[in-house]
This record gives sequence, structure tokens and C-alpha cells, in this order.
Amino acid sequence: MTTTARTVPAALQCLRGSARRIGALSRAEALLLRRNPMALLTALGTPIVGVALLNALPPSGSVPLPGAGIAVTLTAFALLFPLYYNLVTTLVARREELVLKRLRSSECSDAEILIGAGAPAMTIAWGQATVGVVAATTVLGMALPVNPVLVIVAVLLGTVVFVLLAAVSTAVTRTVEMAQLSTLPVVVVSMVLGGLFPPDMLPGPLPWVAELLPLTQVVDLMWLGLTGTTRDSPGDGESLSGIVAAFLVLGAWVVAGVLARRRLMRWEPRK
Amino acid sequence: MLDPMDATGVIDVAGLHRHYSGGGGFEAVRGVSFSVRRGELFALLGTNGAGKTSLLEVVEGLAPASSGTVRVLGRDPHSERRAVRPRVGIVLQDSGFPSELTVMEMTRMWAGTLSAPRPVGEALDLVNLGHRAKVGVRQLSGGERRRLDLALAVLGRPEVLFLDEPTSGLDPAARQGVWRLLRDLLDGGATILLSTHHMDEAESLADRLAIMHRGRVVRTGTPAEIVSGQAARISFGWPPGVVPPLPVLPGGVTVEPARGGVVLRTRDLQLTVAALLEWANHHDLRLHHFTARPASLQETFLALAESGGDHHDEEWVR
Repeated sequence: MTTTARTVPAALQCLRGSARRIGALSRAEALLLRRNPMALLTALGTPIVGVALLNALPPSGSVPLPGAGIAVTLTAFALLFPLYYNLVTTLVARREELVLKRLRSSECSDAEILIGAGAPAMTIAWGQATVGVVAATTVLGMALPVNPVLVIVAVLLGTVVFVLLAAVSTAVTRTVEMAQLSTLPVVVVSMVLGGLFPPDMLPGPLPWVAELLPLTQVVDLMWLGLTGTTRDSPGDGESLSGIVAAFLVLGAWVVAGVLARRRLMRWEPRK
Repeated sequence: MLDPMDATGVIDVAGLHRHYSGGGGFEAVRGVSFSVRRGELFALLGTNGAGKTSLLEVVEGLAPASSGTVRVLGRDPHSERRAVRPRVGIVLQDSGFPSELTVMEMTRMWAGTLSAPRPVGEALDLVNLGHRAKVGVRQLSGGERRRLDLALAVLGRPEVLFLDEPTSGLDPAARQGVWRLLRDLLDGGATILLSTHHMDEAESLADRLAIMHRGRVVRTGTPAEIVSGQAARISFGWPPGVVPPLPVLPGGVTVEPARGGVVLRTRDLQLTVAALLEWANHHDLRLHHFTARPASLQETFLALAESGGDHHDEEWVR
């Protein structure tokens, strides 16, 4: 009895400490982002430009881009640019300035350092996802989301995967400038195969490959949560097996990401 | 319940090795053991590349030991980082400040990561940086950056401090200021493990010290103990003309020729000097640049570095 009474506040205290440390890191990181106009512009502007460009493309038959399409595309861009690309540059900049090494000498855990450094990027990405969904329902004539929990879970899982991918990508990124190159594989593959274009537009075995990518699954889950149907087969309705498969793929990416991060990410510059 | 730290030293290092993989592999720390007691300042002295930073990083918990054990406050600083870190303060070899933050913003951020920080202003005042609070970290001089490092290390009122060359880049006045701060912290009960290549720093601050060379501890003890085995040094230049040979001098003297003169090493400085000057007076000789120096840490260190420079590593391990 006493054990439970004592462990609960201990766990709570632990969480509170964690939140305080992440808060301190993310406040500093937000200040740094505000003082870096280029990074701020990339983070805020890219998804909007991306959606505008895609919207200008001729419609591809089964994709009703306005409404749910805009919300999902904006979220996908938000996960790729404000979150993934921006976080790679942030982590590399902090690593090269030896800030990450300093933080590792603090009370912060590795996860707290990653979340703290990524918090402003996550906030922008989630903000844009929210704006997308709100705009879709209020201005673009989309009905209220069928399953908002599924939408939130999809965005959260997508966030975890892309934060981990960003951490792993720093291993092949020596300088901030190099991030433009080193992030290309994830960005291009995700954009082309990962859900921005519907699978039926892809040739050969690519639709099958696309199903294994995290962004495809985030996009599919969002479609399901927003409209109750998948984008390529509007008649299917919400299928449990599809959701389970999506969670399995995303779960595998999280596990692989955690393992790869632990093995590959460096906290200080190469000597 | 007994606190594990009371059973042993505050810092215990035994048989520690640190091996870097890659590039053919390199063993930076090769079997180091020492123990630091509560309230003590222990200095690691060594030339650049002696392995001080590699050793400190393991003791700080930043890297695991390749083999051997490290205990800080009774715990493994690497695997039990969460338990150890709230009780220690660290000054790393390089500062690691985001260049776009001000001194105050950096200090506030650091305070936010600590369990029980001092007031931010108090920490800056301790290192005399209060007046620079609004300045960008980028604008600080090397010495000011080092003092900010120190302010952040003491911000959490740590029981144990690890300081990797905390006075590098400081002018003499600022260095004295840091020494005063460290003495105050020791008076307050802190335990300090510090690395330096300044002999005067070790001599002035350390209760005990270890001299490192090529990854090993080659001497350890109090400054007095380390110096005690070492001979004092007398040197002078020969006067012009024909000089009578040196007499037999007391004190176990060794004589080496030096450029235009001679260097004597003796176990009894007073006796040797007295006999030498008596000989000079007797022959009416003026000895140029006559210098007599008791054994010092500097002398000891240089002697060790010289003798261990090439292939006699093992010989000067006591």
C-alpha cells in the first residue's frame, strides 16, 4: 500500500521533471528559430507552397484534392519540411556547436534532448495540420472528421517516426548546408511514393513499396479518420484490417528508428 | 540505510581503460586507478594528449569505460546517469553554447534542466559575469566563455564538480578569481576533480594529484609528496678564464654540463649551495646567472616528461 502511495508521486515527479527540462530546451530552441529567418521561412512557408503546387496539378481521377485532400497534403508536407528537414538542420547545428555534447552532460535524457530540440518544429507541424483540418471543414466543404482520434494518432505516430528519421539522418550530415542533400532521399521518396501521389498513379511494384513507407500509412490513416474512406477506394469504408496494417507498419518504423538512432546518431562532431 | 557513497571515496576509478575504435584503434586511457575523498580537490596533471579529457569523459558518464570500473557517489556515472547527474556539475573541455543566445538566456535554459538551481543572477555574479547578462554568447571573450561554463557548472549546487581545464584562456586576474571560487566551493563541502596543464594551478589548489602520461598515471600523491622525491636544481655559467675544478660537494650531487656552464642536482640544497659559494669565494670567482631552485612540481613534471618521452614508460611508474 505504502509502496503504491510512494511510487505514484515519484513517477509523477519524474514526469514533471521531464516536462520542465523539455520546456527549458524548447523555449531556447524557439528563441533560436525566431532568430533564424531562413529556417523560420522554410518551416512556415514550404507546406503552403507545396499544397498550392499540388493543387495546381491536374486532378488524378480518384483524388478529391480540395477538402480532406488539402488537409492531408498539408500535414504530409508539415511532417517533411517544418519537422523532418528543419529538425535535421537544428540537430546538426547544435551538434557542430557542441551544444548536444553539453546537453548530454546535463540531467536531460537523450529522449528529452531530442524532444526539446524538436518541440518548435513539432509545434509548427501540428499547427499546420490543425489549420489544414480546420480550413477543410470550415472553408472547403469537408464534413466533420469521422474519427478525430484516428487523425490525431496518425499525426502523432508520423511525428515520432520523422523525429527519429531526422535524428538518424544527422549521422550522414556533416554540416547544416549538407542537410539540403542528405534529407533528399527521405523527402523525395516520401513525396513521390509516400502518399502525396495516389498509389494508382505509380507504375510496377511501386504501389507495393509505397505501402511500406511511413508517410503512406499516416496519409491513409488520416483519410480514414477524416472521411471514413481510403483515398484510393472511396467505397471501402473504415476497415479494421487496414488500420491494423497501418499501425504495424508505423510501429515497425518506430522500432527501427529507435534502434538506428541509438546505433548511428552522434552527439558531437567527428574529430 | 547507509548511503553507498560513505563506504568509499566520492569518486572511485579502478583499472580504467578507454579504447577508441576506428582508425586502427587507439587506447587513450590505459589502466588508471585513483580515488577522490569527500571535500578534496584532486588534480589530473598532464601534457596535451596525456588522456586527461578521455578519462574525465568516462568519469563524467559521457562515455562508457572499455574496461575497469568507475563509481561516482557510489554509482556508475554512465549506466546510472539519471541518479548521478543531479548531484554533479561539469565543465567540459569545449563550452558548447548556441551562438545566438545571450548569457542570460543560456543560463536560464541551463537552470531549467536542473533539479535545484541557484538563482540565475547569483550564479553569474559568482564568476563576475552579472554585467554581461544581456550580451550574446557569441560576443564573449575566451575567458568570459570559460567563466560562463563555470557558472553553469555550479548553477545546480553540485556536490561533485568535474572541471576539464577550467582556467584555459583566462588572464592571471581571472584565474585568481576562479581559484577563489573553487576554494569557496571546497569550503562549502564540494569535491572537485580538475584537469590542468598549469603546474601552479595544481600546486596551489590540489590536495592530491595524479600526473598522467600517455594514458597512464605515473605519479600520484600530495604536491609535497610528489616533489619530495625530486632533486633541487642549481645552475650557473662559468666565469671567463681558467676555472679550478669543482670540489666534492655534499648532498648527493650530480653534475651535468650545460651551455657555457653547469647544472647541479642535489638532495640538500642548503648544504650544496653553501659549499659551492664557499668554493667560489675561496677562488674569487663570479658565477654568472647563479640560480638555486628547490624541487617543484614543474621540475618534477618536466623530469617525468623527459624521462618518459621515448621508450622508458614503464620505468617511471612508481
